[in-house]
Amino acid sequence: MAHAEGQQHPISMYLKIWGLLFVLSTFSYLVDFYNVEGYLRWSLILLFMIMKAGLIVAVFMHMMWERLALMYAILVPPVLVLVFVFLMTHEAGYTFVTRGVFFGGP
Amino acid sequence: MAPPAATSTGESLARPEGWEGIVADWSSDQRAFKNVPWGKAMMWIFLLSDTFIFTCFLLSYMTVRMSTTVPWPNPSEIFALNIGGQPIPLILIAIMTFILISSSGTMAMAVNFGYRHDRVKSAILMLVTAAFGASFVGMQAFEWTKLIVDDGVRPWTNPFGAAQFGSTFFMITGFHGFHVSIGVIFLVIIARKVWRGDYDRGRPGYFTSRKGDYAAVEIMGLYWHFVDLVWVFIFAVFYLW
Repeated sequence: MAHAEGQQHPISMYLKIWGLLFVLSTFSYLVDFYNVEGYLRWSLILLFMIMKAGLIVAVFMHMMWERLALMYAILVPPVLVLVFVFLMTHEAGYTFVTRGVFFGGP
Repeated sequence: MAPPAATSTGESLARPEGWEGIVADWSSDQRAFKNVPWGKAMMWIFLLSDTFIFTCFLLSYMTVRMSTTVPWPNPSEIFALNIGGQPIPLILIAIMTFILISSSGTMAMAVNFGYRHDRVKSAILMLVTAAFGASFVGMQAFEWTKLIVDDGVRPWTNPFGAAQFGSTFFMITGFHGFHVSIGVIFLVIIARKVWRGDYDRGRPGYFTSRKGDYAAVEIMGLYWHFVDLVWVFIFAVFYLW
């Protein structure tokens, strides 16, 4: 088993991903620096966030070389969090309206 | 007395791929995660549970921010620093982001050199990672001090707007900073073991009395990359939103 111990990849690949993460972080910083507003701002932030997270999990954490059994066991449960996000968005909206009605907010 | 049975599942065997592989792995009546050491599978499961903890924090932040009738403070202005008489928005947070990403890069290379049994390079890269992590925590301490002492931000009130800003800020960044600090401590411990050659000589671990191998470096790396991963989400939804 000595020939295939753990994850063996060329260093240059890690350096490339490192560079890419730097570029993506710079982009997301520039979104704030140039005061991009509204839906464009939020979609850009989320886009760069997802790309960075994907690169870190896939390459740095070696997930893309793991077997599907592990990949799905770890990556599918967090996706279900989106249901939680949906629920809490509605809960927050309801609370906001209720505060407006009863406390005379804006 | 017979030597203890080997527990590593690190050998790569020919196994079915795709959906067939998932069914075969899970129904094999053995451990489900093939071709990974048990420690790595357990670290992944711990990270999954940690994901849910940070999810709860970020979701409660989303909920209070959406439901408050008071305007939310503008993080771009609050976290600006004056450099050369000009306020530069979010500059400290941007530097912290680059530092954490760099630490992830050095950690990934430390894992690589570990598997190549290049002890010195692996240990040095891990110590560099730890140094990056420590400087990250230092900058966070600076940021907290500025917010608490100069600006008067408290978990229950702040001069900028919605009171929930303080509570969610201290909770989320505090818990993340705690993760970084624990990571720095463990990086130094693993780096020392690598440096000493524990994983080449099969020296028994202090707590487990078991022989470790270079998978320990990768498991440490998984934790460290996760810390970086969480920061990606915090940076996007708390600082930039």
